[in-house]
Amino acid sequence: MKHTLILTTALVVVAAGAQAQDKQVDLLSWGGAYGNSHVEAYAKPFEAKTGIKVNVADADNPATPIKAQVEAGNVTTDVASVEYADAVRLCDEGLLEEIDASILLPAGDGTAAADDFIPGAVTDCFVGTDVYSMVLAYDDTKFTDAKPAGPADFFDMAKFPGKRTMRKGAKFNLEFALMADGVAPDQVYELLGTPEGVDRAFAKLDTIKKDVIWWEAGAQPPQLLADGEVSMAFAFNGRIFNAAQGEGKPFKIVWDGQIYEMEGWVVPKGAPHPEAAKEFIAFSTAPEQQARAAEFISYGPPRKSAAALVGNVEGTDVPMGPNLPTFADNMKLALGSNLDFWVDHDAELQERFNAWLAAK
Amino acid sequence: MSNPLDPHAAIVTEAAGLDQGGMLRTADGQPLAKALARSSRRARRRAFFLVLPLLAFVLLTFVLPIGQMLMRSVKNDGFSAYMPQLSAWFEANPDVTEPDDAAWAALAADLEASAKDRTIGIVGTRINYEIPGTRSLFTSAGRKARGGIEPPYREAMLDMDEEWGDPKLWGVMRQASDPYTANFYLAAMDRTRDEAGNIVLAPEEQRIYLHLFLRTFWLSLIITGTTFLLGFPIAHLLATLPMRQSNLLMILVLLPFWTSLLVRTTAWMVLLQQQGVVNDVFVWLGLIGDGQRLQMIYNQTGTIIAMTHILLPFMILPLYSVMRTINPSYVRAARSLGATSWTAFRRIYFPQTLPGLGAGALLVFILAVGYYITPALVGGSSGQLISNLIAMHMTQTLNWSMAAALAAMLLGGVLILYWVYDRLVGIDNLKLG
Repeated sequence: MKHTLILTTALVVVAAGAQAQDKQVDLLSWGGAYGNSHVEAYAKPFEAKTGIKVNVADADNPATPIKAQVEAGNVTTDVASVEYADAVRLCDEGLLEEIDASILLPAGDGTAAADDFIPGAVTDCFVGTDVYSMVLAYDDTKFTDAKPAGPADFFDMAKFPGKRTMRKGAKFNLEFALMADGVAPDQVYELLGTPEGVDRAFAKLDTIKKDVIWWEAGAQPPQLLADGEVSMAFAFNGRIFNAAQGEGKPFKIVWDGQIYEMEGWVVPKGAPHPEAAKEFIAFSTAPEQQARAAEFISYGPPRKSAAALVGNVEGTDVPMGPNLPTFADNMKLALGSNLDFWVDHDAELQERFNAWLAAK
Repeated sequence: MSNPLDPHAAIVTEAAGLDQGGMLRTADGQPLAKALARSSRRARRRAFFLVLPLLAFVLLTFVLPIGQMLMRSVKNDGFSAYMPQLSAWFEANPDVTEPDDAAWAALAADLEASAKDRTIGIVGTRINYEIPGTRSLFTSAGRKARGGIEPPYREAMLDMDEEWGDPKLWGVMRQASDPYTANFYLAAMDRTRDEAGNIVLAPEEQRIYLHLFLRTFWLSLIITGTTFLLGFPIAHLLATLPMRQSNLLMILVLLPFWTSLLVRTTAWMVLLQQQGVVNDVFVWLGLIGDGQRLQMIYNQTGTIIAMTHILLPFMILPLYSVMRTINPSYVRAARSLGATSWTAFRRIYFPQTLPGLGAGALLVFILAVGYYITPALVGGSSGQLISNLIAMHMTQTLNWSMAAALAAMLLGGVLILYWVYDRLVGIDNLKLG
């Protein structure tokens, strides 16, 4: 009896192991509210539908472990969520599998996936899952009469007094400064590619330099706004939305001048379960799933057909749509972050930014 | 074996009565010296095996990775490894400045191969360090090259982008074809090479590292000074109070030491910010108006205050352990011989605390020089240290060679200071307890 028990147990374990071998997806995500949206909108429904187990692990920035795993030849991740810029870089360095775009599901009305995704959302190695953005946010109680309405007001210390907080880095800030200086969004990168444009952006930043507190972690801007240290912030929209919606803070977002970027799936080279990974990517980038994810966190779906499907903020009766960067009204004066530009000029402008910051 | 200088050996030899040909032997007839050597060798080997795990641990987790990291500061084979044919051409033609047909053919072949292997990004990144904006030149050429490049190669390449004909680009590619380079150290000293290859100062708006090195050392000195001023009286109290009180005080010193670094740093943010506790108290007391709240954080002041607090125990503990061993009767003797309390302190007590002070100051200074998280959080723009830039190159720009060069220079600076300390004070005088 005892022997049979041991034998059957062993068999079950072996069988389970064998099944797990080809029927699982190892997903590497970010944790926090964002990682939660992946679990709730993608992993759980996928398991329910296909029976394939999704193991979710978290990393500070999944791009870093991906690089390490592939270079060490010990890949334990099938699908990872990375920022667009990292996807470009990893893909160019040969660390990612190419993703066949034909696996992506068409929209509900039959529109092909290639036309349904916003431009740039699907590349050789990358499929976009969400759009987030850097936005101007302010404390509503600080300004009783006129309210800030665009990038120029962020730099207007006379009309809108109080300190500002901006991300400590060149990216986003230089574009924002140029837009505040009156440059149209579609000319920002062209101008920033010239020395005069860079000088102009830094000159604009000079005008508020002494009034800026530089943030490094995404959690800092809402905290600085809440403490009353600053009256305006240039920060990630998701953080501001969470503080305003979840904690009832009087924060308002100005969408004009927003700079948006994408995150999405990549498959590291040598992923252990490539077939299941494909299935997972196709499922999770369908319009319904994209819309569902947007209900958990205020990052917009990169598929046009998903916008209409987004319901209320999870657990409330507030519609999520208008709080997404991709909402039509919010996109009027928006700038798409140009990754090619930043991959080329990141080091150079970052160094100049640091020198500028260190100078008196 | 009979040694006139070692009478003891002679006695042993005589008593054993084993003097055969002047050689001592063990019971089984082997020469004693040999047997002794063998057994001590065995003991040494056993001792070595005991420390072997530690040695392997240190080697694997400390020497190897750090050595490898430092290696990156002089070696970057991002270009030479993935552009082998062109690198070979550069080596074969050391003096030819104008690329010939063979060079263009090598360039085209290498681009094709590395585009297929998807290593073109690595090549572009390497060149981009020297000429910003060229990474996309390589990646876009790679995209086109995947379909194959037709001869004549020169025309085909120039057709893709005129920049391929730029002599500066070729000069940089030649430099990069040698995996060993000093360019990262030059950049870390705000130097760069002009088109003729001469070393010149970088343009003014790009100069930052020397300034930050100086600031790092200067701030670390200030922090060492403030920890001394604050720590010395506390250590003295700890050493002289009765056991019960001094234990309580000790816990007050150690408790913050055991608290998470991030918690302590964040606590300072809460205290020092403009809407923070300290400013609120000042306003309430009427010391300052509501409109003139002091900026005490997100600048150098914040960095100095927070780091002084965090590093204080490293000053107090060595001072305390040395002060506890100082015999109070020396000071009493000085007083009874007519010294004032100041003279007794200056001439008798203070010199005896120097070993502890040296140890504490060195500890605090070296820790401060490499400190990262606190200046990153509370330093704003004027309180940044060189470590923040090393971190930036590690995680943001991914230029690990640059990070390694900066780290190596920091390490070198600390070693020089250590050497100066040894010459001035003497490292033997260091006492940690």
